[in-house]
Amino acid sequence: MTLLTLTSVSKRYGEVRALDQASLAIAQGTLTAIVGASGSGKTTLLRLIAGFEAPDAGSIVFEELQIAGPLRIVPPHRRGIGLVAQEGALFPHLSVGGNIGFGMEQRSDRDAIDALLKAVELDPSIRKRMPHELSGGQQQRVALARALARRPKLMLLDEPFSALDAGLRSNMREMVKRRLQAEGITGILVTHDQQEALSFADQLAVLEDGRVVQAGSPRELYLQPRTEMLAKFLGDALLIDAEVRGSEVDTPLGRIRVARANRDGMARVMLRPEQVRLVPWSEGTPTAEIVSASFEGPITVVRFKASGSTFTLKVPSADAPVQGRASIVLIGSGHVIPQ
Amino acid sequence: MATLVALLSLIPLGFILWVAVTNGWDNTAKLVFRPRVGELLLNTLWLEAITLPVASGLGVALAWLTERTALPGARWWSALLVAPLAIPAFVQSYAWNSVLPQLHGLGGAVVIALISYLPFVYLPVAAQLRRLDPGLEDGAAALGKSPGLVFLMVVLPQLRWPICAGALLVGLHLLGEYGLFVLMRYDTFATAIVDQFESVFNGPAANLLGGVLVLLTAVLIGLETILRGDRRYARLGSGAARQVSRQALGRWTAPAVALLTLVAVLSVGVTLTTLLRWLVQGGPEIWRFDQIGAALWQSLFYALAGGVITTLAAVPMAWITVRAPGRWQRLLEGSHLYVGALPGIIVALALVTITVRMPVYQTATTLVFAYVLMFLPRALTGLRSSMAQSPVELERAAMSLGRSPFVAVMQTTMRLAAPGVAASMALVALGIANELTGTLLLSPNGTRTLATKFWALTSELDYVAAAPYAVLLIALSLPLTVLLRRQTERALAT
Repeated sequence: MTLLTLTSVSKRYGEVRALDQASLAIAQGTLTAIVGASGSGKTTLLRLIAGFEAPDAGSIVFEELQIAGPLRIVPPHRRGIGLVAQEGALFPHLSVGGNIGFGMEQRSDRDAIDALLKAVELDPSIRKRMPHELSGGQQQRVALARALARRPKLMLLDEPFSALDAGLRSNMREMVKRRLQAEGITGILVTHDQQEALSFADQLAVLEDGRVVQAGSPRELYLQPRTEMLAKFLGDALLIDAEVRGSEVDTPLGRIRVARANRDGMARVMLRPEQVRLVPWSEGTPTAEIVSASFEGPITVVRFKASGSTFTLKVPSADAPVQGRASIVLIGSGHVIPQ
Repeated sequence: MATLVALLSLIPLGFILWVAVTNGWDNTAKLVFRPRVGELLLNTLWLEAITLPVASGLGVALAWLTERTALPGARWWSALLVAPLAIPAFVQSYAWNSVLPQLHGLGGAVVIALISYLPFVYLPVAAQLRRLDPGLEDGAAALGKSPGLVFLMVVLPQLRWPICAGALLVGLHLLGEYGLFVLMRYDTFATAIVDQFESVFNGPAANLLGGVLVLLTAVLIGLETILRGDRRYARLGSGAARQVSRQALGRWTAPAVALLTLVAVLSVGVTLTTLLRWLVQGGPEIWRFDQIGAALWQSLFYALAGGVITTLAAVPMAWITVRAPGRWQRLLEGSHLYVGALPGIIVALALVTITVRMPVYQTATTLVFAYVLMFLPRALTGLRSSMAQSPVELERAAMSLGRSPFVAVMQTTMRLAAPGVAASMALVALGIANELTGTLLLSPNGTRTLATKFWALTSELDYVAAAPYAVLLIALSLPLTVLLRRQTERALAT
């Protein structure tokens, strides 16, 4: 069932077009990540859903009720949509307990507050502390508990992990994911970190210049991006001009199947680097002439020539070829970028 | 050096203790527990009890209107609301007195105090409103609170510090102000002390009234400390970088503009038009340049001398605070700062009592010394923040390049703090130019500054002749107002 639908939503600030006819549907109980470079409009999108801004055009429907659009604009405090902001935005004048109780019916229900603290994996003893006495990670957990207290159907997460360091970050991400899934809350995460987006979400939506360029499962977007920009944004990519023939394509690296080849002829083909293996050379196989190999610990960066073109590849150091020749093996299928 | 200044700062406090001790309990009780003191106490309490809540409420409302709503011309209104700072309170009273002689007593005192001192609350509250993290208000709305509740539960608690600080400043001014209340014919401790002193030169009685006044000051500061609480509502992290969206006023636009217009007319309009009227009525004859020139010269002399000496006296303390903070430093700094809370009249009284049998009695030296004590805190706060901005590494670098410690500090930190030093000299100088009470009590015979000359003419009910002096006082205070506004914003930004 669809919980939230955005239809052709546009928003401009003066001359700047922050959102340009963005459309997106989000199913109940799923986790969606919205990614995009800074200035791509992702924060605007979140603020429109939360109700802090009103769209210039288009509509937003939540639980089958139009909450923003020509019919009506529902103010944020009546939407029942939870929000965890970038640095938590805890109220500095209230204790941890006060913050969590802020949105509850019974503001000083200790049992409920303790249960929420446990739910976000914090010790209930910090209930009396003030926000400035907490670490960044703890602040974020309290912010999540505060938002969970109102049992929202939809939770907006505005780069909530960006201020944390790397180790803590993945830890928090897993915790938030577990929590939302356990409570059946639909989540929307805004982030500029593609790794975070890929590992968090069931659905990924990529914004570019205020438009939703592609939305789908992380796997689909990673392996079958609709544009070159998207291919590069979601990870390292080898982009090769090659000739498509039927369900196969000839590349300087050898021949590989393509998933959806709707026409023959020259096309832009994407391979992820992990699809390319360099193995000990044998006669009659596509050949890589090693140009250089630089050792970087677990991986070795190998530059090689194949059919006249030069490629760079990160190879596990354990079996990286360092000089001479190697055979190229391609695995999986290539992806033709639609023009 | 800083210790010496700190010790000198302790003179007024020592004086009060000395008064209490030398008078003995019986005599003290006789002079303090009498109906006259009770009457003054009641007058003061009424004044504080009415003015402070109204000033706080009005200050917050006006700050919210100019900072958070789509009020047409918000920036201009904001400047207009700070403008009364340029008009000394006794000039306000003078203008109102001549327009509306019926306005006097408690009502008059409260009205004039409100229009004169409202900026003390408005300025810090507006500055704080501007730098609150808008993310907090978004967060509260997402937690289901209506805009009204968001203001009460999230915004207002974070304004507690600036409201308390502003109200304290207003309260201290109410205790120390003299000219305003004389013209409004409302007796407070300050007016009674000057009366006693001028009419009968009753030393012990005046001194004991001073003691009660100091006690009231202490109570006020204690009350503020309790109300303010010890929690600092520092912003957590960097917060959202976004600008706060301003609330549309809709049909409330007209009432809001009407309120602001009323405040502006009462606090600036009436006084300026009155002055203009007197000037037109007086014509060119009232510009007695021989007298005005002499008063201006004396005012400038005291203002500049006081400004330079006060700032120099504050430099060692400011440097220690920035470079070597610690328990001893806090003690010394406390001694520097507390005089600022004392009514000017107490400083004057202490110096009169001490110098009365000395050759320095009623000399320029004593007067400048009084100014130094009164305005030391003002110089110190400005210096401190500007010196804190130059890193200690520069001093070390200069020393490693062969400069002696003193020269190193002068050539690096002091050189970089020069704009701050100049600003603090100017702030002190302008404060001195508007000082009335201390100057009346301590100045050498025949001294005529702009403020005292204005005061003398007003006392003779020669309103027309006083007008040029009022105009000059306001003109001198305008730069102060601009500086003060900037300083408040910077102080809150660090």
